[in-house]
Amino acid sequence: MKKGNTVFFKNAPRITSFAAVCGSKEKEGVLGSYADVTLQDDMYGESTFEKAECKMLSTAISLALSKGGYAEKDIDALLSGDLLNQIISASFAARDFDFPFLGVYSACSTMSESMLLGAMLVNAGYCNRVVAATGSHFASAERQYRYPLELGCTRPPQAQWTVTGAGGNVISNEKQGVKIVSGTMGKVCDFGVTDVNNMGAAMAPVSGIIEPRAGNRTLTKN
Amino acid sequence: MTGKTSENYNANYLNYVKTQDPPTQHTKNCAAAFGVGGLICCIGQFIRYMFEFAGLSGDELAGATSVVLIFLGCLLTGLGVYDRIGRYAGAGSIVPITGFANSVTSPAIEFKTEGWIYGMAAKMFTVAGAIIVFGVFSGVLVGLVYLFV
Repeated sequence: MKKGNTVFFKNAPRITSFAAVCGSKEKEGVLGSYADVTLQDDMYGESTFEKAECKMLSTAISLALSKGGYAEKDIDALLSGDLLNQIISASFAARDFDFPFLGVYSACSTMSESMLLGAMLVNAGYCNRVVAATGSHFASAERQYRYPLELGCTRPPQAQWTVTGAGGNVISNEKQGVKIVSGTMGKVCDFGVTDVNNMGAAMAPVSGIIEPRAGNRTLTKN
Repeated sequence: MTGKTSENYNANYLNYVKTQDPPTQHTKNCAAAFGVGGLICCIGQFIRYMFEFAGLSGDELAGATSVVLIFLGCLLTGLGVYDRIGRYAGAGSIVPITGFANSVTSPAIEFKTEGWIYGMAAKMFTVAGAIIVFGVFSGVLVGLVYLFV
């Protein structure tokens, strides 16, 4: 059933297992205690930040499987993406697993989009279990979107940090776990924010449109 | 299209974002930039005096001083110190010649992981390229003016 942009899931797909990997800075934050694995070094034992990102994602997926007691043959599809060109981390992480991979790119909402699509697949009965996962790394995103790490430039006070972390969850048609009742598909909404250091402000209008009461006054055009 | 030419450009929203941004501390930034920038220049002047003492003069003196400063900028970038200075000092460490050395060395280090030729050598000037293009261009313009005036 669909109402506006929101899809309601009649068969209630459930999140039966989940896992998260995070960096040391994220560990200090409010969500730090929920992480299963914390990176001891930023490279995660690899030679580049991109490889580290890939390994984090792969760890998150395999942990989500093992925590729920699933084998690879139990999973019908992997929906995953990341912030790098050609969603390369997710594609390489998918090599480690013996189930089909569907690449998703939706910038910061990659996790929610892959969960939405996964829930749709399970609700419709095309899949019994899917894994929705995503990952990002501060150092690789910084190079992708902004400046090299060693460049001596100042960050403006409103600058945001890309999370070093990865997460994966298993969405299943079983009868235990957290229910996914509905999901809203977001519109792309550009109000003209051009500051690369303030991507939060560029993305915020979408949530404002989903919940119009969050700021009708400020969102009225001109 | 994005920015002011875009149809959905929303001045109200951008003003709202501006009110939410924490303010830049201009006084503190200027003081840090002045202090660190001045210190780098003092170090440069010290090196210059030392070379003068060693018997260099004219263009040789200026060249040798710049080379030492560029080397120090590259070395500190490689050791991961220069970006910390830069975060604190802002323009104070970007404007002197050491800042230029940093803007060449930092992408070289960053892209080394993509290989020596396609990574390091090709991407080395991603940040400094603009400075070189407009530096050479303005040099040509000034040269032409000098020729005719």
